[in-house]
Amino acid sequence: MSKAITTNSRGQWSRRLIGHDAVIFYILISVVIISMVTVNYFASTLTVGFLLIQVLPILLIAMPMALVIVSGEIDLSVASTAGLTSATMGVLWRDSGLDIGTVMALSLLVGVLCGAFNGFLITTLGLPSLAVTIGTLALYRGLALVVIGDQKVASFPKELNAFVLSKIGNTGIPVMMIFALIVIVFFAVLLHFTPFGRGLYALGYSPQAATFVGVRVGHAKFWMFVATGIVSSMVGIFLTLRLASAGPDNGTGLELSVIAAVLLGGVSIFGGKGNIPGVVGGVLLIGTLTYALRLAKVPETALIIVTGGLLVLSVVSPSVIAWGKERIRLNRVHREVQGQSASGITRA
Amino acid sequence: MSTVTHAPAVPRSSAFKRFFTAREIPVAGALIALIVVTYIINPRFLSPQSTKDLMLNATIMVILAVAQALVIITRNVDLSVGAILGLAAFGTGTVFDMFPSIPLVLIFVIGMIFGGLLGSINGMLVTSAKVPALVITLGTLYIFRGVLSSWAGSKQYFSGDNPKAFGNLSVDTLVGIPIITIIAVVITVAVAMFMSSVRSGRDLYAIGSDPDAARLFGIPVGGRVLSAFIACGALTGLAGVLYASRYNSVGALTGSGIELDVVAAVVVGGVAIFGGSGTVAGAAIGAVLLSTITGALTATRVDKFWQQAIVGVLILAAIIIDRVVSLRRARKLRVNEAKNV
Repeated sequence: MSKAITTNSRGQWSRRLIGHDAVIFYILISVVIISMVTVNYFASTLTVGFLLIQVLPILLIAMPMALVIVSGEIDLSVASTAGLTSATMGVLWRDSGLDIGTVMALSLLVGVLCGAFNGFLITTLGLPSLAVTIGTLALYRGLALVVIGDQKVASFPKELNAFVLSKIGNTGIPVMMIFALIVIVFFAVLLHFTPFGRGLYALGYSPQAATFVGVRVGHAKFWMFVATGIVSSMVGIFLTLRLASAGPDNGTGLELSVIAAVLLGGVSIFGGKGNIPGVVGGVLLIGTLTYALRLAKVPETALIIVTGGLLVLSVVSPSVIAWGKERIRLNRVHREVQGQSASGITRA
Repeated sequence: MSTVTHAPAVPRSSAFKRFFTAREIPVAGALIALIVVTYIINPRFLSPQSTKDLMLNATIMVILAVAQALVIITRNVDLSVGAILGLAAFGTGTVFDMFPSIPLVLIFVIGMIFGGLLGSINGMLVTSAKVPALVITLGTLYIFRGVLSSWAGSKQYFSGDNPKAFGNLSVDTLVGIPIITIIAVVITVAVAMFMSSVRSGRDLYAIGSDPDAARLFGIPVGGRVLSAFIACGALTGLAGVLYASRYNSVGALTGSGIELDVVAAVVVGGVAIFGGSGTVAGAAIGAVLLSTITGALTATRVDKFWQQAIVGVLILAAIIIDRVVSLRRARKLRVNEAKNV
């Protein structure tokens, strides 16, 4: 209760300015400024283009993933869903003779089915999402291999490949960012401005309590996993067109990068905490740092250490700060008690 | 609570019945069925050479699964095992490069200490920062892999660089069983006995079922979890040394991506992903099952592309069976309690 009082008196804005997601943006801005000054060629429109195209898959999947983690679940099968989509798209395009629009629509259906299957196992059967999605991680990647074998399909329309890589005017910003922005706004509104989104926070704090206040827990979880599946499929299609190649191994290993970025963005792995701006900041921070270090000719291997270090630091530092605060509080209580006993009040 | 008080009143299930309701039975049954069916289709599946290969392929996975089970039983997870395995394997190559005549026992000790140190980093971060192991070890997965990559660069050690006796560990056999497989079996049995009959081993189950209750009960939760991580790291380090003996080359990418396979093996083996139940023997059988499937599919001429999909189906089946069994058991307990009121 005392906590609630202090936060109220501090005011909403000052709280926002020292929150975790704000800190992420301060770090992001400092990284950008430092890189612009110290790293050659960083301050150019080319940077914007390359950087954004690089982080786009992680940025897209991070949106539904943030919602899933806020609701206290996790989805490790996203990269495999993207791979299965890519494989399906390749085979459909090669063998079915349908036009590319239909092929892409059918490929998106793969994501819907993958997500719905995850959702079914987790909500209807009540299985833990961590275990289920480790299983479907293997299953979907395996199905991708079944669908396409070890072949590649690369004969996609050239205009489409070019479109995916095209930039808006000469700003350097990829056209695909407009699409990404739509996805970000969609999930931000869904999480922050709808009863459904507020329900996800309640769900993350306590599923029982959420049930009692009328959140349709199973229903909400199911659709979260479907949404994750759809977005993963979009990323599968995007990767296929960007690389101009459909194969079973597209997107391998993406799941851990996405989760790292989401957690760095301040979403609590326990659920119930986190927001979309923070996650966008987290994704951009990892992306920018990686890109700047790469331009500065820091070896690739050091980059992985930086990603891991950032992740550990971002989760350990709140605990350290909380521990420090608790120590200070305990010291104060200790002193007060001592003061009281010194003034003559002894045990009753 | 009342189950404990009324336990004598409930007719004790016979040893026979208890054996068949054990959590390892479904997975062990699946393994036997797989071997029998494959043998009927293709008798060469159990030829001496092929059997030896099957055992060799399962060895490293078995040790990793036993190590991981220790941590998962305490309601934690260690995703950094792939990187620890890689570091230990590459470290083994490096040590042999510097001291070619080092005694073999010493290389195992070094590998285990090295792995244990890395595990203790995970353990200390998890216990002192009170952050879920999933997140911490995801971070250390990247860090350890990065350290290995910058250490190894493009360098690789080949089996030819190691002493002959070291490589022979995975060639020589004792009554038809490769030496390194015997090591894995001994470890599994030792850890299984520790977990089932030593007090601190039972504590790990208590911590996994309910950490708060375990703390109230007086179990040193932090210390036990830390030891579980150190043990996991040390066993993974040992697996890394054996990896260097078994496989032709070790380098920067050794063991990458293996972490989810290990967790999958443990889950298939009937260890609950949220801790508190399951056995290391089950985890070991799960690892054998997953690594035998590859050989079985090849022997029965199933399209090799189906292999990973089948692994996925198995994992899901294991979780579903586990869920059904535990629901049934919970209902039975309730019925028994109601009878005793």
